[in-house]
Amino acid sequence: MTDTTANASHFHAHDAHDAHHDADHKPSFFARWFMSTNHKDIGTLYLIFAIIAGIIGGTISGIMRAELAAPGLQILPNWAGGSVDQAAYLWNVLITAHGLIMVFFMVMPAMIGGFGNWFVPIMIGAPDMAFPRMNNISFWLIVPAFLLLLGSAFVPGGLGNGAGIGWTAYAPLSTSGSSGPAVDLAIFSLHLAGASSILGAINFITTIFNMRAPGMTLHKMPLFVWSVLVTAFLLLLSLPVLAGAITMLLTDRNFGTHFFDASGGGDPILYQHLFWFFGHPEVYIMILPGFGMISHIVATFSRKPVFGYLGMAYAMVAIGVIGFVVWAHHMFTVGMDVNTKMYFTAATMVIAVPTGIKIFSWIATMWGGSISFQTPMMWAIGFIFMFTVGGVTGVVLANGGIDNNVHDTYYVVAHFHYVLSLGAVFALFAAWYYWFPKMFGKMYSEVLGQLHFWIFFIGVNIMFFPMHFLGMQGMQRRVPDYTDAYAEWNHVASLGYVIMAIGLIPFFINIFYSLLAGRRAEGNPWGEGATTLEWTLSSPPPFHQFETLPKID
Amino acid sequence: MAGAKNHPYHILPPSIWPFMGSFSAMAMAVGGVMWMHDYAFGGYVFFAGLLAVLFTMFSWWVDVIREAHAGDHTPIVQLHLRYGMILFIASEVMFFVAWFWAWFNASLFPSAVESIGGVWPPHGMKVMDPFGLPLLNTLILLCSGTTVTWAHHALIHGDRDGLKKGLWATIGLGLLFSSIQAYEYWHAPFGFSENIYTSAFFMATGFHGFHVLVGTIFLIVCLIRAYKGHFTARQHFGFEAAAWYWHFVDVVWLFLFICIYVWGGWGAEIH
Repeated sequence: MTDTTANASHFHAHDAHDAHHDADHKPSFFARWFMSTNHKDIGTLYLIFAIIAGIIGGTISGIMRAELAAPGLQILPNWAGGSVDQAAYLWNVLITAHGLIMVFFMVMPAMIGGFGNWFVPIMIGAPDMAFPRMNNISFWLIVPAFLLLLGSAFVPGGLGNGAGIGWTAYAPLSTSGSSGPAVDLAIFSLHLAGASSILGAINFITTIFNMRAPGMTLHKMPLFVWSVLVTAFLLLLSLPVLAGAITMLLTDRNFGTHFFDASGGGDPILYQHLFWFFGHPEVYIMILPGFGMISHIVATFSRKPVFGYLGMAYAMVAIGVIGFVVWAHHMFTVGMDVNTKMYFTAATMVIAVPTGIKIFSWIATMWGGSISFQTPMMWAIGFIFMFTVGGVTGVVLANGGIDNNVHDTYYVVAHFHYVLSLGAVFALFAAWYYWFPKMFGKMYSEVLGQLHFWIFFIGVNIMFFPMHFLGMQGMQRRVPDYTDAYAEWNHVASLGYVIMAIGLIPFFINIFYSLLAGRRAEGNPWGEGATTLEWTLSSPPPFHQFETLPKID
Repeated sequence: MAGAKNHPYHILPPSIWPFMGSFSAMAMAVGGVMWMHDYAFGGYVFFAGLLAVLFTMFSWWVDVIREAHAGDHTPIVQLHLRYGMILFIASEVMFFVAWFWAWFNASLFPSAVESIGGVWPPHGMKVMDPFGLPLLNTLILLCSGTTVTWAHHALIHGDRDGLKKGLWATIGLGLLFSSIQAYEYWHAPFGFSENIYTSAFFMATGFHGFHVLVGTIFLIVCLIRAYKGHFTARQHFGFEAAAWYWHFVDVVWLFLFICIYVWGGWGAEIH
């Protein structure tokens, strides 16, 4: 691990060659936004992309909640020529698209590509990423990936158009069960998105290990940087396994291999193992950067350094490492033997220990602090509360015995939406309000921000909390219809969606209002609690910051 | 903050290659899907995309080499490139983990269906003799690992002639390996899509073979650059990256040879 001892002795005499890189000299529009090599511009592109993908993915969940608002099929048959089978297939397409869009095209681009790109280099005192040009292909690869996925909705998949295979793409539904080109488009979409993330991971790891400002040792590094470092390792080591798995899907579908085909000696369960060997680290990929953001925000608005800094950093490392050896808890019902179940139950529960360390440390950070309940802090506290709810149901689900009863029910849906839609997404909104003044140089409207938080908070809880009850009562996920017994809580959940959607109106108004008429933001609008390097720069920062590297004591 | 850059990092001018490469890859993907599903012109779209991807890669690396000659690759930037290559190889290792996982899943717990018969290799299958051509190929690759090291040491000691000879030998051995592998595929006692054994065998060794070809091309590029006088005893990361990649491909082969050819075919009738 070399720290960058950047000083005059390292500096090479090719200034003339680079003389056009003045700090605030920006390229022309096309060069700036389509050929970018600037981490902040690429971060902005990622954020815009994630917002667009979020709107599409969120609209799809609106269609889903409308369909589930009452027993029987409401709206899908209208779009499926009146056929119930076609309607059910369309349902599968919608849930697949919703899952893939939210995971690969909303949460990951926003967390790692957006905020990671914007703030990792700044927080370590670096002028840019290690590979600024490769950074841009990480972004541009997800655009075609997204287009391939959206395009798949318009070509045949199985019974109807689109890929109706679930975000997990289990064989044989994704192989012999859906022979149309839509599924191949979805597979290639994941290949491209995976390549994008692997290149991004390489970039972040190299940047964090080699470009820290003089004096910034690993143990002085901000927690958000730690979180992105751990996330990048998870991406680097888990995504290639997914690439292998979906390549096997591709060859099983098109070239006659038998990886998941039992008649040729293959094994559909193999797909599940390969998928979840990626899929479990993937859920930590989606939440770890959020952990980092929340640490910064809680410390800033409590005006105290984060409690137990090293414990917080190594808790994330521990979560990352253990996250690789718990995958089969997603597959308790495939018929594995009891000893395997016991191992995966125990290993999964171990993760509750470092996660608990984080929750308690956030609370301890607030304890005795001078807390200011501004919008980012509200989202952060909301995150801590709801991530804990999702974490507790996670401990319940970790039990192989209990999971036999609630596997594939709405209890699971409630669990992962509490940690993702209410955990990861709350972290994203917290980060958005926290760093909005820094990124765009304008203050957001506190009134609209608070309104956004409260309406959204109430909406998502009304939407997702009843799903626990539905799941305990046995309602199956991934089915567009249900018996009358489940009508009441489904109705409530759909109302919750409407409230949540209303909550997003102040969010969008706030963006436009702040950019057009917002008060100018100072370099550090949050006061003495905000101690990381981004607050030492102007808002927005210069096009190239730290042309002279900062020194860290 | 304004003013001249006063740090050893590489700040790059805008570049079109990431944008072009991404949409070329998209054309390849769309063409591939069209081709697999027998749409008109699918193959053409695929190859157009492939050509565009290759053109992008070529142009991008031309820029990288140009920047290296302009002095942009300071010691710290060279360190970045080293980290980048090592991490890329680490991700490649995990890609092969998937294929080995498939192989061990099938071979340690052979399926009871009729085509497999609950035994491994599948009931009644003839397999290749691991101690014929596969052993020869093992020796060829191991030998090529030494010749690439010869080239490296020659380069470090300023012996450009030795560098070229070592690279020629390595590339020759690489091509010999690929030719023998092609011959072996051609004369294999089983087809591509007979059962899980043949699927996993051809996909695992096939992806390795593809990596050998990529590694060979990488070494050929290094040889051309050596003739152009590109490398110095102190700065030659392009060569080192190719050598690392070559060793990685070599190690994967050793695992394939032991796990698939020797252990995975044990007890079956030899073709």
